[in-house]
Amino acid sequence: MFYREAGDYKTSYPEDSQTFPIKFDRIRYYAVLAVAFGIIPFFINDYWANAVFVPFLIYAIAAIGLNILVGYCGQVSLGTGGFMAVGAYAVYKLMTAFPEVSILIHVLLAGGITAGVGVIFGLPSLRIKGFYLAVATLAAQFFLVWLFNKVPWFYNYSASGQISAPERDILGVIITGPNTTAAAKYLFCALILLALAWLARNLTRGSVGRKWMAIRDMDIAAEIIGVNPLTAKLSAFAISSFFIGVAGALFFAVYLGAAEVGESFGIQKSFLILFMVIIGGLGSIFGSLAGAAFLVLLPVFLKNVLVGMLGWPTDLAAHIELLIIGGLIIVFLIAEPHGIAQLWRLAKEKLRLWPFPH
Amino acid sequence: MNMQNPDGYTTADGRQIGGVMMEMKNITLRFGGVAAITDISFDIREGEIRAIIGPNGAGKSSMLNVISGFYVPQEGEVWFRGAKRPPMKPYQVAGMGIARTFQNIALFEGMSVLDNIMTGRLTQMKSGLLAQAMWWGRAQAEETAHREKVEKVIDFLEIQHIRKTPVGRLPYGLKKRVELARALAAEPKLLLLDEPMAGMNVEEKEDMSRFILDVNDEFGTTIALIEHDMGVVMDLSDRVVVMDYGKKIGDGTPDEVRNNQAVIDAYLGVSHDE
Repeated sequence: MFYREAGDYKTSYPEDSQTFPIKFDRIRYYAVLAVAFGIIPFFINDYWANAVFVPFLIYAIAAIGLNILVGYCGQVSLGTGGFMAVGAYAVYKLMTAFPEVSILIHVLLAGGITAGVGVIFGLPSLRIKGFYLAVATLAAQFFLVWLFNKVPWFYNYSASGQISAPERDILGVIITGPNTTAAAKYLFCALILLALAWLARNLTRGSVGRKWMAIRDMDIAAEIIGVNPLTAKLSAFAISSFFIGVAGALFFAVYLGAAEVGESFGIQKSFLILFMVIIGGLGSIFGSLAGAAFLVLLPVFLKNVLVGMLGWPTDLAAHIELLIIGGLIIVFLIAEPHGIAQLWRLAKEKLRLWPFPH
Repeated sequence: MNMQNPDGYTTADGRQIGGVMMEMKNITLRFGGVAAITDISFDIREGEIRAIIGPNGAGKSSMLNVISGFYVPQEGEVWFRGAKRPPMKPYQVAGMGIARTFQNIALFEGMSVLDNIMTGRLTQMKSGLLAQAMWWGRAQAEETAHREKVEKVIDFLEIQHIRKTPVGRLPYGLKKRVELARALAAEPKLLLLDEPMAGMNVEEKEDMSRFILDVNDEFGTTIALIEHDMGVVMDLSDRVVVMDYGKKIGDGTPDEVRNNQAVIDAYLGVSHDE
């Protein structure tokens, strides 16, 4: 009843092409922001931060990054875990080499370094596409993990082969290290996600985004209308890798605190984030958030229900959880191949006419 | 009517045609041992509607692909506005002001009609990655300016009502029109149409013919088109090139071509009994 275009006239092109053209949507968006930044930080505790919010925020950044590459530009990548590792090791090297520089700058620089690596591994996309490109990016995944395991320089010759984040702060608020408060972790990641999601939305609605989508939908026609496939594909790889690198840096520095490359950034991570993108919806920023929320929250939810409410043994619950999630993914993909974002769109279309559909 | 006049000529309906815009000189295109085009020369003049016709497999689409840069001919030269064109990638050709449509529609199915047509403006959009990421005034102003141009094309082709519809949901005839809109949005100097009326019913053909004539008339766009419907070709075009088995067998006004014995033979077949 509130969700109406009627009476909401658009008198200029910028108004017509804004992100939330319907007033109700805009209000809800600001309401979500108000809750996320005004309420949650005051009530968050360690359990909620570590089990739910921080992983969701970080995976959402990675999912947006991968969605730019796979969903918008149509280039399949299975190297996400490897690129996250690049971000993690880059931020580790930067943090230990330049302790006086702000962690925020380190995180952004780590993203930039990952962008460079992403462009190099994106070069094969100029020649191959589809499954073959997926295999080529798989090579990136294995190579990068091997590299960070094999070359001690990357983990500063530590005996365990692990990297661990030293304590760093922004304006006196500790962001990394064991003494970080839940609220600081949450706010730092949430602010970065907000900024990056906004950048991604701007990029995908302008001419850069149209170039990517043109390449995705029909590369020959894209070239004939003047899209240079080289710059379009490589810019998608660069920006996607930047996002993923930032996510990797946060995952290591803020969330884990200490990481071992094969365990934290292995091939499972690549698949996990690809699933988030597919379940959430290819070619949708909201879909990336929804997919990340789905795959982060579902295991937590199931565990609470099975162990907490039904009293099952933990190991049995863990196995059943895998079965349920796997099943749900399959059901989901059959029922709605375009993901949660498409369900959301359909719901909104219905809502526009509700309660008088005729 | 003197069509060899370098300064142009006046058509039967009184339109003034200018000098040579594009000249194909002795083009030969081979795929391995198969010659798709053999030693073909013709020109396209400023403001002209030029048709390329011929039976199936004559090499018409290959010719269009040579013009738009998909194929690089083994022999021959392409001259555009008085300069020889070096071998170019298709996106560079697009930057020169040559737009085209495809025989089987090549729209971006995942995008809305509006976004599809906006892609036609990509060669003119200059704001950088960073400006767009921040959606600074410049990027936004550019977007709005181009949107205005695109809206004019949308008005012109009478597709306002489907502006926000995803292209995948449109019927065939409208898709053809959207594809024409995308090509027009680039404000091309030369517009290449590969069978713009293939698979259309009479009404849609009439609409499309009207649009082609209007484009030529209002924007002064030079048009080169491939078409199988002879009625349409003879009505629309100022001059016609006829191809058969990769060779040029006729070139001239519709009337000249209609009475050309080689053309009649190619279309109707020749009896070998006599």
